[in-house]
This record gives sequence, C-alpha cells and structure tokens, in this order.
Amino acid sequence: MGIVTLKKTGMHLLMLGTLLALVETAHAIPAFARKYGLPCSACHEAWPMLNNFGQTFKDNGYQLGNGRDAPIYQEPAYWPIMFRATPFWHRESNNRQAVDVAAGNPSSGQVESSVTSSGFDLAGVDLITAGTIYNNISFFVQPFIGNNSITLSQAWARLDNLAGSHWLNLKLGKFELDEPISQERQLILNNTGGVYYNYFFTPPGDKNFFQGLGLPQLGVELLGHSGDDSTRYSVAVVSNSNGQTGLPSNQAYDVYANFNQSFETSWFGRQQVGAYGYVGESPTFFQTSGGSPIPGTGMGNRSFYRLGAYGHWFVNKFDFYTFYLHGSDNVFLGNGVAANQPSSLPIGAVGPVWNGGFIEGHYNPTPRLIFTGRYELDRMSRQANPGIRADSGNLDSWTIGYRWYPIMSPRAGLAWTQEYSRVTNAGAAPLSGKDDTHDSYLMGFDFDF
Amino acid sequence: MNTIRLSHIAVVLVSLVSMAASAQESHIDKLTGNAKHGKGLYQRYCIFCHGTDGDGRGESAPYLNPKPRDFTKAVFKCRSTPSGSLPLDSDLYDTITRGIHASGMPSWKPLLKQERADLVAYIKTFSSSFQEEKPGKAVVIPAEPPSSPESVKRGADLFQSMNCWACHGKDGRGHGPSAATLTDNQGNPITPFDFTSGRSFKCGETDRDMFRDLVTGLDGTPMPSFVGAMSADQRWDVVHYIRTLSDSKKHSVAKNDAKGQ
Repeated sequence: MGIVTLKKTGMHLLMLGTLLALVETAHAIPAFARKYGLPCSACHEAWPMLNNFGQTFKDNGYQLGNGRDAPIYQEPAYWPIMFRATPFWHRESNNRQAVDVAAGNPSSGQVESSVTSSGFDLAGVDLITAGTIYNNISFFVQPFIGNNSITLSQAWARLDNLAGSHWLNLKLGKFELDEPISQERQLILNNTGGVYYNYFFTPPGDKNFFQGLGLPQLGVELLGHSGDDSTRYSVAVVSNSNGQTGLPSNQAYDVYANFNQSFETSWFGRQQVGAYGYVGESPTFFQTSGGSPIPGTGMGNRSFYRLGAYGHWFVNKFDFYTFYLHGSDNVFLGNGVAANQPSSLPIGAVGPVWNGGFIEGHYNPTPRLIFTGRYELDRMSRQANPGIRADSGNLDSWTIGYRWYPIMSPRAGLAWTQEYSRVTNAGAAPLSGKDDTHDSYLMGFDFDF
Repeated sequence: MNTIRLSHIAVVLVSLVSMAASAQESHIDKLTGNAKHGKGLYQRYCIFCHGTDGDGRGESAPYLNPKPRDFTKAVFKCRSTPSGSLPLDSDLYDTITRGIHASGMPSWKPLLKQERADLVAYIKTFSSSFQEEKPGKAVVIPAEPPSSPESVKRGADLFQSMNCWACHGKDGRGHGPSAATLTDNQGNPITPFDFTSGRSFKCGETDRDMFRDLVTGLDGTPMPSFVGAMSADQRWDVVHYIRTLSDSKKHSVAKNDAKGQ
C-alpha cells in the first residue's frame, strides 16, 4: 500500500469523521404528548425510537384521526415546540493516531500513538416544532443549535391523505428519507456508535458528492400506508445535494424508494420485512473560476446506487433489526477522477463494490428501560483502484448500552444513558496501514420538554 | 346429605374460580386475551389518561374533554348489549381498535390484535362486575331498508317528536337548548354530538353502528336507549335523516326532497 493510498484513506476517514459530527440526533416530540395527553411510551418503544403506533401517527401526518387533530381544538396558548438537549461525560480513545515525535515540532517526524481524551460535553440543542397546520396538512421544522452554529436539519410540509386515502401523502422540503431504520431516531449517542456506518459508507479514494442515506435530503416524497401501517411505501425524488441548500452540485436528481410489510404471527407478534434502494448521479467535476469550483455547476455526472433489504423481528420483549446493504459507485466517482479526464484513471480502475449490514437488538422489559446492542460491518468486495489493499475500508463496529427513563410524562421526558462502542477500520492507521480502532464511552442525561 | 352439600359447595367454588379466571381473560373470536400481558400494555399506552387504578383519573385527565372512561364503574358507551348491561369483550376490543371520535381516545389499530385482546382482559379486572355478572346478549340489528326521501322525512319528524333536537339542536350541530345542562354519570359536563362534523360517530361510522346506538343508548351519558320508544323501521328512518346532516353531498338530494315535502 503506497503513501498516497494511505493519505487518501486518512482523508477519507477524516471526511467520515466530519460527516458523523454533522449528523444530529433527533427527536422525541413532547409537543405531541402535550397536545394529545399521551405519554412518550405511547409512540416510542423507547424514545426516540418509534413503535408501530408512533410510526402510524407519523405516517398519518402527526394525526391521531380522532377528530381532535386540527389546531382549532387546542388551547390558543398551545405552541407545538420542544427542545432536546444532551449533557454528558464521555471518553474517546484512538489506538493509532499520528502524532509528532516532539510535540509542537512537525519536523521531528511522526509516529502512531494511542490518544485518549475525556470530559464533560454537550452535543447541542434540537429545537423542533411540528404538527398540523390544518386537517391533513402537517409540518416539521427542526433547527439545530450547535456549539458554533445554527443549522436547519429539516423543514417540510406535507399534504396528508390526498383523495381521502392513506396511500397518498405528498411531502416537500428537507426531510429524513424513509430509512429502514431511522438514523435520526437511534438510541446511541456517542461518537463511535451514534451512526449507522452503512448509511454513510464510501470506499477508500471515493469522491462521490452523495454522502449518505442517513442525511436529510431536499426534495419531494410520496408516501402511503395501510390503516394499521402494516404495509408501507415511500418514493422520494431528491436533489443530489446532501440536503444542502443553494443547489451546490448541479441539476441531478436522485431517487429513493422503500417498501416494507409487517405480519402478525400468533407466537411472536409483529415481524417486518422490507427492501429499499437509492439510485443517483453525482458530478465528477465543476466549472471553475480562478481554479475554484463554481457551486451548482457540477458536470460529468456518473451513477451510483445503494440497495438492500432488512427485517424487524420481535420475540416477546426482545426485538432485532437485521439490515443488509449492497453499494456501488461508477469508476470515476470511485477513483475521484473527472469524467473528462479518463486518462487519469489508474490502470485497471473499476467501480468500487461493497456489502454491509448490521444486527441491532433491543430488550425492553418496561417502557422505562431498554438495553441495546449492535454489531455492524462493511466489506469491500472490489476496490476502485487495484493498488488499494483488498480489505482497506473494511469496518467492524459494535455497541452496547442502555437507557433508563425516570421521567416519562405527557409533558417531558428525561433519560439516563450509558453506552460503549468500538469501531475498527481495516488498514486505516495513518502511518503503518494497520487497523485503526476508536473506542467511545458516554454517560449522561438526554432530556426534552 | 353431607356429600350433597359438599358437592354443591364444590360446584359453587369451581364456578367462582371459573368466573374469576374468565375475568382475567378476554375472548374475541379466536383470540384469548391475557390480563397479565395487558397490564404492561396498559401501563405503556393507557395509564396517563385512564389512571393507575383505571378510574379515569390519569395525569392527563384534567385536560381532556370528554373525560377518560372510569373502568371501575364498568359503564361503557359503545356496546352491542342492551342499556345497563356489561359490554361483550368484542365491544371493548372494537372500541380500542376504532377509538372514539371527537375525544382523546385514538384508534389503537396499530397495536397487534393479540395486544388489543390482552388490553380488554386487563381493563375487565378493574371492576368486579365482570366477575359477578355476565354481559347482555348482543342486540339484533335488522337489515337496513334503502334510504329514500320518504324515510328521511319520517326520520326528520321523529327527530322532532322524540326531542332529539333538545340536545343535538334542530340543525344537528349539538347545541340544542338542553345542551349546556348535560352531564355524564360522573357529573362532568358533556357535549351532545355534532352530527354535521363528519361521517364518524362516537361508536362507529356505519349506519348499523348508529342504529345500534339508538337501541343500546350510550351508557354513562344522557343519550338513552330508544328501544321501546321507536320501532326498528323508525330507527332506520332516524339514521337516514341523521346521515343527511353529516353527509350533505351524498344526501343533499334526499335532504332537499324531504324539506320540500
């Protein structure tokens, strides 16, 4: 493995880390609990993770359908807004960080060293306002207040039950894709386990503008479901922009679709299976001005896709998600080469192909307590550049944790969480090319009102 | 003699145990609900409105109108059984599945069928009535005759003569002259149903559901049973008339025809 490849891998990991930092957690919405008088546990298996009642409520456009959904039925003072904050203590450890031999002296050379940091921290604050503007018109707006910035995570409006049918609901704006397992609603908060890597995985050296299924996207979505939500579909057309406003890439549109079906079995209750796919095109180069890319002028589009299947299985108070993803990028995206410069492709270059998946289990003995465990992996089956080590980019991650909810009311909720996660990236150590491992431990409060 | 007495006692004991066990279960078609399982579900979904003891005094109850049902009294609005009798398990199951329109009670259809059956079993444990009494038999609902301008006209006349208008208002909007004085069986103010608000009613949305309400009444509310006051045909006439209030598009012709006669 050459130095160039190692640097690329390092850059790739750095980008992934930056991306993960941008993924904001969401949301239990006590504004709904206040509106309807229902506790968190009515809609959440353990907030923020939805149960089937909560998923149906969401799919209905945040409507219970009991004739009390329109704002006119609320006290005039009712304001559908909530916040969520997560103060915590955490410890982060990386076993192969590149460090200067003499601190502060870059010319002294570098070695790989284990680096550990810890302390009290705050992830930022989610503000969420959501609900119904009128019967069958719902909305969702989520600004996120980070440590140095405010971003708009989601903002959309939806026309619900068009033609009086559950099967036709039209959403426009910036929204979370109807993912098999919601990135926004996952239970783990720490830096290592707080993301589903499969949603964001890109192979070593890949320069695809699209950065992940887990990011809210800008576009339009048609969603439909049966009355009890046992059958669901979603089709979305989104700009190839990673949800960034201002048309940063070009005029390309991507398509995402998801379908799932639940079955009620006599012994084990509900079981769900589904399939999904994301197909799109990303630019490989931009028009430039003074050598700098001009936003919105992406050219030389090349294709990519992510496809997969999943299941959600229940056995009494246990439930398991199983998830599989197959991904592929065009050879130009995979090698980060402009499509108008094919001669720059390395000899033997091909489009990268990979497979991944995870299994995540929950034990939920009471509405106030949930234990979580997850094992996730990604495996490269074909590298874009034959010079890259075959297993470079492979990833293994596992997480364990629990959340306890001492406060769970129709007004607010407070959880105590403790988690430990580890991720190992094959061949990602910045100097030696050995496996790189990152550990995270987190404990703290997660509360909303 | 002693042998006979002992056998009688044994029969009584077995019957009591059997009834108690039955009260811990529910039976809806092929489903058997289990109160033990239902308790966990109740704590997750129901407790904040209906209360820990099932007395309708949950944390959210003060803010809800109408108030949540007090299960300890075993008085239920939506039943297929005669007024004053306990509901069938299937009645409670249907209410949980359907929800109660224009109230805080949503449809719990997203729950599994088995879970809903378990909830029914647990709800029955809040009142000893389910151990001491048996539910009434389901009322018989005859086939519905077709709606016609004549039927609607007769229903409109009955709406007047039976004083339905005193609570529901002459236009069916629920603000008749008596409306402001009405209370439920716990003394809470209660609003008569607004028939113009849509096709859904408290206990269902079909014509058969409305017919059944006229037979059984809504126990615990001022809505009485009209089983002795109207014949079956007359009840269908009232149903047809009320439909013209709730579904003006579909029935506008019939309504106009009725007014014209």
